[in-house]
Amino acid sequence: MNVTIVDYNSGNISSVINSFKEVAKDKVNIEVTSDLNKIKSSDKVVLPGQGSFKSCVDALNNINGLVDTLNEFVINNKKPLLGICVGLQMFADIGFEETETKGLGWISGKVSKIDNLNGKYKLPHIGWNQINIVKESKIFKDIENNSHMYFVHSYEFIPNDKNVISATTAYSSKIVCAVEKENIFGTQFHPEKSDKIGLQVIKNFINL
Amino acid sequence: MLKNRIIPCLDVKNGRVVKGINFVDLKDAGDPVEQAKIYSDGGADEICFLDITASNENRDTIYDVVEKTSKKCFVPLTVGGGIRSIEDINKLLNCGADKVSINTAAVQNPEVVLESSKKFGSQCIVVAIDAKKNLDKWVIFTHGGRNNTGIDAIEFSKKMEDRGAGELLVTSMDRDGTQVGYDIELMSKISSKVNIPVIASGGVGNLDHLVDGIKLGNASAVLAASIFHYGKHSVKEAKEYLDSKGIPVRI
Repeated sequence: MNVTIVDYNSGNISSVINSFKEVAKDKVNIEVTSDLNKIKSSDKVVLPGQGSFKSCVDALNNINGLVDTLNEFVINNKKPLLGICVGLQMFADIGFEETETKGLGWISGKVSKIDNLNGKYKLPHIGWNQINIVKESKIFKDIENNSHMYFVHSYEFIPNDKNVISATTAYSSKIVCAVEKENIFGTQFHPEKSDKIGLQVIKNFINL
Repeated sequence: MLKNRIIPCLDVKNGRVVKGINFVDLKDAGDPVEQAKIYSDGGADEICFLDITASNENRDTIYDVVEKTSKKCFVPLTVGGGIRSIEDINKLLNCGADKVSINTAAVQNPEVVLESSKKFGSQCIVVAIDAKKNLDKWVIFTHGGRNNTGIDAIEFSKKMEDRGAGELLVTSMDRDGTQVGYDIELMSKISSKVNIPVIASGGVGNLDHLVDGIKLGNASAVLAASIFHYGKHSVKEAKEYLDSKGIPVRI
């Protein structure tokens, strides 16, 4: 099996690579590439993302044919994709970080700044927070409700259809922290930085 | 609910762990990769390496340490010390650091914070503020505490937030290595000035100091070195103690 981590200059992805390699051992081949053919032929794709919504969307668009290839992989071929952090946020139709920017539109909704209730809550939302699993999700197999995951973000994904939400976390409000829609999976938290429990999420995705 | 973080810090020199008392009198205490792994297995919420390698020819040793650690520890790894440029940051992140902490360079050229937070995202830019009390204000020291810049630490913290810092690591130079506790006044002043998380550092001698850093200093995270390093307390003990005092921690 081939799992491809999309390398599109979205910031620091070495931790994502290390964690997937740790889980995969020698059984699963982990590719790190922006090569369109390699993405097309892989079984699963991981879409990381750091920095702003706009910078990540711009970086995707900067690689000729990448968005089309991802659309084909996810929408036409219905193969599994995991978006992490801004990788998840880009599923939305639109994001408001820096400036209004169009997303991939795979899960309708928007990405806006977390309401910090007039400075009552610090932003970014950095650190370990518990997840409340609200629907059964394949990537949460063997993961207990209220497990701790590592977060670092200031913006949140607000999907229109609440049925796609698989977990939330409590901060200044209830923040969507995991989604599942058919073959599309996403986590706002960083499974690659969430210790053993995070590696379990990665393992679940690899084993889908 | 967001948990308060406990961050053990390892001072690294020429690829080996040391911890200074007021930045002098260093003792060698082992391999940083193994130490970091012990901490992460013990429940550390993050690991921090502070590279205090002085000579330029040995500066590459930290890259090797970071690369090896990031393949074994799956909690956030912050690396500070000697970071001068965007290229230094890029190299550390590529080796597997999740965040870098910038000290002297941020004071000398605040634009480095703006530029790096734009390029890599605020989430990986921590600004380290080393401050010493002088009459009724705190001034910033650079170069490992040797240079008095005369810059007001409270004002500077706000400036760093505006430049895109994701977190502030605030060290009291008066307290560092003394084990008498954090400078609570400094921590709370900075924490109320900025809207980004503050990590308290410098002076921890017992577990009550960690409690004070969070409860009185309003720090989001507490950093400590020697109380963990010489086996005085484990990270687990520290977390259980904080929990018993009603502080939310990841257990």
